[in-house]
Amino acid sequence: MSTASITPVFSELAVGQDLGSRSITVSRQDLVKYAGASGDFNPIHWNEAFATGVGLPGVIAHGMFTMGAAVQLVTDWAGDPAAVVDFQTRFTKPVLVTDTTGTEEPGAVIEVSGAIGALDADAGTVRVDLTVVFAGQKVLMKAQAVVRLA
Amino acid sequence: MTINPDLQGRSYPAAEVYDVGREKIREFARAVKATHPAHFDLGAAKALGHSDLVAPPTFAIIIAQRADAQLIEDPESGIDFSRVVHADQRFVHHRPIFAGDRLVAELHVDGVRAMGGGAMITTRSEIFALSGEASADGSRESVATATSSILVRGEGQ
Repeated sequence: MSTASITPVFSELAVGQDLGSRSITVSRQDLVKYAGASGDFNPIHWNEAFATGVGLPGVIAHGMFTMGAAVQLVTDWAGDPAAVVDFQTRFTKPVLVTDTTGTEEPGAVIEVSGAIGALDADAGTVRVDLTVVFAGQKVLMKAQAVVRLA
Repeated sequence: MTINPDLQGRSYPAAEVYDVGREKIREFARAVKATHPAHFDLGAAKALGHSDLVAPPTFAIIIAQRADAQLIEDPESGIDFSRVVHADQRFVHHRPIFAGDRLVAELHVDGVRAMGGGAMITTRSEIFALSGEASADGSRESVATATSSILVRGEGQ
């Protein structure tokens, strides 16, 4: 992952413009780290028996982990995390994270791509629409980040 | 157990103060796999014109979920946390969150609607920064609005 060093210039942007893509690997350890950092200790995110006991296929990532990791594409493109003034999504499908502890294999891979969805010249803002896919299915819907350019 | 429809319109006042620390911003940024230097390096944050380390765009969830816990743990709400699914989330930042901020959240229950045997509950946390050593009801600045909907699954859902 690289950090954009050049702030995007509003007049050079166009709706539909591709902002690139990235893969996010997720392990069970990543979910434990996110639980600790966020304070969300729901056991469906770290305990297989609990997760299957409530009818899930297995341990799933926090929706907020996926949302928080996906927006990094926008932050890096904008060049300043403070430029993201509005960020929303709906959580539609779970990200199932298999237990690969002790191996180099990821437990899940989330694919994120971004494109410019709208431009507001009066406000100086850009809406970035994110496509976030796991196992061939969109896991976030209407994942939209509004960036205010300096 | 059914969800109490009288929850709609209920508010929970700002409770404990959340002190935003540099190491917490770094820890949260690592946890969402963020690499932007403004989360980690004071010089990089200042070079962008910021007073201190900048929190990632979803950092406010920590404060919002603490506020939500007041509702979920309220015995009058009828919410079984083990049946809660996060349905949607939005953050509107009136200004960025920085290390050194002292934040409080006011929780508002904006919507309760029955869905099948369960319910969709929409909450809004209005997050404010306290200035100086002000108390929770002293002078404050609006920082972010975090809106979330949770689906409480009914039996058999």
